[in-house]
Amino acid sequence: MGTYVLRRLLQMIPVFFGATFLIFYLVLGMPGDPLAVMCGERGCDPSTANALRAQFHIGEPLYVQYFEYMKGILTLDFGETFSRRPVLDVMGDAFPITIRLATLAFIIEIFIGVPLGLVAGLRRGKFFDSSILLGTLLIISIPIFVIGFLMQYFLGLKLGWFRPTVSGEAPWNELLLPAIVLGTVSLAYIMRLTRTSVVENIHADYVRTAVAKGLPHRRVVTVHLLRNSLIPVVTYLGADIGALMGGAIVTERIFNIKGVGGTLYQAINRGEAPTIVSIVVILVIVYLVFNLLVDLLYAVLDPRIRYA
Amino acid sequence: MPDPSSKTVMPSQDASAAALTLGASSESKSLGKPRSLWSDAWHDLRRNPTFVISALLILFLILVAVFPSLFTSTDPKRCDLIMGNNGRAPGHPFGFDRQGCDVYARVIYGARASVTVGILVTSGVVLIGGFIGAIAGFYGGAAGSLLSRLTDMFFAIPILLFAIVFLSGFPFRNIWTVVAAIMLVGWPSVARIMRGSVISVKESDFVTAARALGASDMRILARHILPNAIAPVIVVATISLGLFIVLEATLSYLGIGLPGSTVSWGGDINDAQASLRTAPHVLLYPSVALSITVLAFMLLGDAVRDALDPKLR
Repeated sequence: MGTYVLRRLLQMIPVFFGATFLIFYLVLGMPGDPLAVMCGERGCDPSTANALRAQFHIGEPLYVQYFEYMKGILTLDFGETFSRRPVLDVMGDAFPITIRLATLAFIIEIFIGVPLGLVAGLRRGKFFDSSILLGTLLIISIPIFVIGFLMQYFLGLKLGWFRPTVSGEAPWNELLLPAIVLGTVSLAYIMRLTRTSVVENIHADYVRTAVAKGLPHRRVVTVHLLRNSLIPVVTYLGADIGALMGGAIVTERIFNIKGVGGTLYQAINRGEAPTIVSIVVILVIVYLVFNLLVDLLYAVLDPRIRYA
Repeated sequence: MPDPSSKTVMPSQDASAAALTLGASSESKSLGKPRSLWSDAWHDLRRNPTFVISALLILFLILVAVFPSLFTSTDPKRCDLIMGNNGRAPGHPFGFDRQGCDVYARVIYGARASVTVGILVTSGVVLIGGFIGAIAGFYGGAAGSLLSRLTDMFFAIPILLFAIVFLSGFPFRNIWTVVAAIMLVGWPSVARIMRGSVISVKESDFVTAARALGASDMRILARHILPNAIAPVIVVATISLGLFIVLEATLSYLGIGLPGSTVSWGGDINDAQASLRTAPHVLLYPSVALSITVLAFMLLGDAVRDALDPKLR
C-alpha cells in the first residue's frame, strides 16, 4: 500500500507540471506581446506593465518564467491581480462559495443518482428502467445553460420556490437551486453508470452465492451487488469533483454567483494571468488528489483488489 | 458544465473492446456464410426504431444545415428593431428576438453552425486521436507511457476552462478557432480508447499470422488491426458529436465561441437571456432546436453501441 501510494504520487508530478505548464503556455506563451494579452484592449499603465514584467520575468524564456512562478507558489505567493490585490485573497473569497456549491451538487448526485440507477438496474427492461434511460438521455442532451434558465424561470420566477439569483454571501440555502442545475448532467451520468454496472453484475457468481446462502434480499443488493457495482461510479465521481468546480463557470454566470467560475471567467476576459494560472493550479491539485483517493477506495469496494 | 468528453471513457471500454473482437470472429448461426461484425450490426440497426428515427432526424438536420433557404424565405439578419421581442405574427411563427429578427429564420439558419462544428471536430478528433492512440497502442513501451501521461495531463484540466483559455489567446474569433479549441480538449479520450482497443487486438492470432507472413508494421496496423479495433472509437465518436455541439453552444453562449456575425443557437441563447423575464419565447426556440439536435446524435450513438457491442444485449 505504501509503495503503491508513493508510486502514484511520483506519477502525479509530471502530470501536475505538464498540465500547469500547458495552461501557463496558453496564457503567457502565445505569439505576440504577453503584456498586450494581459492588459487587454485598454492597455496597462507603465507602472503596472513594469510590475507585470518583473513578476512574470517577461523577456526571459518561458520555462524560466514558469519556474519562477512555481517557486512563488511554494511560499503561497500566487501573485497579484491588476488591481494589486493578492490572488490568494481573491481565491480565499471565491473558493468557499464554489466548494459549497460543488458539495451540494455532489451530495445531490450521490443520493439521487445511485439509488435511482440501482432500482433501474434491478428492474432492467421494465417501465421504470426505460424511463430512467430516456430521461437521463434527455438531460444529457439539454445544454446546462438551458437547464439553468428553465429552472430559474419556472422554479425561481414563476413558482417563487427559490431565489432566482444568489446574493454576495451565497449561503447554503440560496445555493440549492444552482447546485441542482450544476449537478443534473453528472446526475444523469451517474444513474446510467450505476444502472449499467448493476445490470452487468447482477448475474455474477458472488451474487448467486449470496442468494444461495439465504441472505436477505436487502443485504444481497446493498452489500454484495451495489458495493461491487460502485467502482465505475466512484471513478466518475472522483473525476467529477474537479469538473464541478471548474465547470461551474456557466452555472455561476446564470445565477450571478461570485465563485471560482465567475472569478475565472472575468480573469480570462481581462487576461489576468496570475489569477487564471493560480486557479488552474489549485483545480489540477484537487483533480489529482481525488483521483488518488478514488484509486485507494477501489480496495475498500472490491476486496479482490489489493495494492502491492 | 462538467467535463463532457471524458464521460465517454467508461471503465468498461477496454472490456467491451475485447468483447467486440470476439464478436468479430464468431460466426452467425442461421446463415451458411459467416457475417462480419459490420453487416451484423447493420442488420440490427435497420430494425432498431431508435436508430431509424435518429438517423432520419439527423438527415433532416443536415438538409436544413446545407439548404436553409428551403425552409424559410426570411433573411435571419434582416431585423426590425421596432418588432423587438414581439410574439408570433403571421409569417413569423416563433416571433421576434431582441433585435427584431425573425426567430424561426434564425433557428433554421443556426443549424449550420452546430452541425458543421460537430462534424468537423468529430472527424478531426477521430483522425488525430485515433492516429496517436493507434501508434501508442501498437508500439507500447515508451510511446504508450508518454501518451498515458499526456492524456492524464489533459484530463486534469477542466474541459470548458481549457477551451476558454485556449480561445482567449486568439485576437479574432471564427469557426476554425472554435473547432481547434474543441479538438484540443476532445482528442485525448479518443486516443485512450483507440490505444486500449489496439492493445486488445494486437495479441490476436491473425496478427501473429500476418507477422509470420512477413507483413510490415504499417500493413499489419492498417489492414489487420485497425478494422478490428475501430468499433469502440466509432461508438464514442457518435456520442461525442452531440457533446461537441453542446460545447460549441456553451462557448458561443459565453460569448467566446462563434463570432456574433455567425447565426448560432448558442449565441442566440446568450442574446435572449437578457430578456428572459419578458420574452422567454426568444430563448425557448433555439434551446429546443439545440437539444433536439444533440439528442438525435446521442440516440444514434446509443443505437450504434448496442449494435456493435454484443455483450450488452
